[in-house]
Amino acid sequence: MSHGLLLTFEITILVLAIFLGFEVISKVPTLLHTPLMSGTNAIHGIVIVGAMLVAGAGHKDTLTTIIGLVAVVLASANVVGGFVVTDRMLEMFKKRERRDPDS
Amino acid sequence: MSREATNLLYLVTIVTFVLALRFLSNPATARRGNQIGAIGMLVAIVVTFAQNAVVSYWEIAVGMVIGGAFGAVAARKVRMTAMPQMVALFNGVGGGAAALISLAEFHNLAPDPGTLKTDISTSIMLSAIIGSISFAGSMIAFAKLQELIGGRPIVYPLQQVTNALLFAAVVAAGIAIAAGAEQQWLIWALVLGSLLFGVLFVLPIGGADMPVVISLLNAFTGLAAAATGFELENNVLIVSGMLVGASGTMLTILMGRAMNRSIANVLFGAFGQVAPSAAAAAAAGSSDGQVRSASAEDVAVMLAYAHKVVFVPGYGMAVAQAQHDVRALADLLESRGVEVSYAIHPVAGRMPGHMNVLLAEANVPYPQLKEMDDANNEFSRTDVVLVIGANDVVNPDARSNQGSPIYGMPILNVDQSQQVVVLKRSMNPGFAGIENPLFLNPKTVMLFGDAKESVEKLASSVKAV
Repeated sequence: MSHGLLLTFEITILVLAIFLGFEVISKVPTLLHTPLMSGTNAIHGIVIVGAMLVAGAGHKDTLTTIIGLVAVVLASANVVGGFVVTDRMLEMFKKRERRDPDS
Repeated sequence: MSREATNLLYLVTIVTFVLALRFLSNPATARRGNQIGAIGMLVAIVVTFAQNAVVSYWEIAVGMVIGGAFGAVAARKVRMTAMPQMVALFNGVGGGAAALISLAEFHNLAPDPGTLKTDISTSIMLSAIIGSISFAGSMIAFAKLQELIGGRPIVYPLQQVTNALLFAAVVAAGIAIAAGAEQQWLIWALVLGSLLFGVLFVLPIGGADMPVVISLLNAFTGLAAAATGFELENNVLIVSGMLVGASGTMLTILMGRAMNRSIANVLFGAFGQVAPSAAAAAAAGSSDGQVRSASAEDVAVMLAYAHKVVFVPGYGMAVAQAQHDVRALADLLESRGVEVSYAIHPVAGRMPGHMNVLLAEANVPYPQLKEMDDANNEFSRTDVVLVIGANDVVNPDARSNQGSPIYGMPILNVDQSQQVVVLKRSMNPGFAGIENPLFLNPKTVMLFGDAKESVEKLASSVKAV
């Protein structure tokens, strides 16, 4: 595939992703704003894939690899921390037995 | 693994992320949504390890263990009240990672001038700029929420002009590089300029607006991730990054709407910067009002003989970790036949939904939590409102004082009830630094002290009534 053709495909999926992102969360109750923010925060930890590709490519140039590895460390913190914090927030919402109204 | 197989497996990750967002939008499925997202992330990581292009596994694995361990420990150890700054921190490191990826890519590709295609260099510039702004801005947001630096806005003359000029310079450097000036020093200057801009951009924003800012920076990091996807010609980065960019923007708008403020107003309004006229008006107001303070015993009698009591929790409850004591006090009152509910303002605390999380932790029955509109219908029939460390969300200036920085924000109309009791550490203005005439209202009595101690005292006094 030519570079130009690839670029047009990339732009196409980018634009579709914009619409999907807007649509998928357009109706969210206020109490979920924070967990949702935290959840999307974990999802952009996907930069770890980019960091791995850069750090793992076996560059001759050491500086590139070192920068890539620092990126791996940061992105891993984003991924793990993001999902764990979100889970802790949502843990609080688990269903509990209803109390007797006049207890 | 072939590129085709890799891309198909990345598609699995994309689908899990979309499902995660969908499930996270509903309280019943939210937790599962987060778990599905985590599984999708794991798939992406494993698939990336299996790529032919990745040759140095050990270094990456060590890096992941270091970063992952930090993330896990920080996320596990943090108290529920400090969640907002944790989100800011994790968002910042994500943005930093995106910026570093573009630095490394540029360093790797640029030694052969002319080989860098314009679209690749453009995306490198974009992710470097946006990622750096997100990193620096998030760190300032973290420092403000952690109270390492003051929560109040920091302003100086010509602030917005300086920021605009700095941003213009950064963009100009980016355009120059993308147009072919592939100098190493130029990209370092660009990154430093973007970092500085991130700092200066968040500094003037008051601590009370940080949730909106973090949400916006979260969207930025998503965009930066999408840009790295263009650099590396990687679909999962493009789609996932843009999903976060778009949904994060939407979420930022929703949060702004909950506070009845536009995003532009949050970002450039220097909230908490009380206009001289408003300060004068507040000063004049305070001279003819009187603050009345009460003892825990007085308040306990009020509560014990009321028919209907509404609790209004705020950041003061969060910071004192008083939610369990509040629940115990509520139980005690209910056992005496008092009707108890909680009025939750959408932005009470430091994050939307902050109070819901804390009260859920204390096992407060869900039906007792009233959202703002329902609560406001009830206040006229309420005997006593107990304001526990909330301030701006009950400030009547938002209704009546046009000079107030929070004018127009919907509030809980606690002053419509028979009696208001405000639990507060001192007469210092709240986090946003705004005067509150509610405290001078003849219906209001103040109970000074730490929220947890005050609520404990109230509970023991109610028992003694």
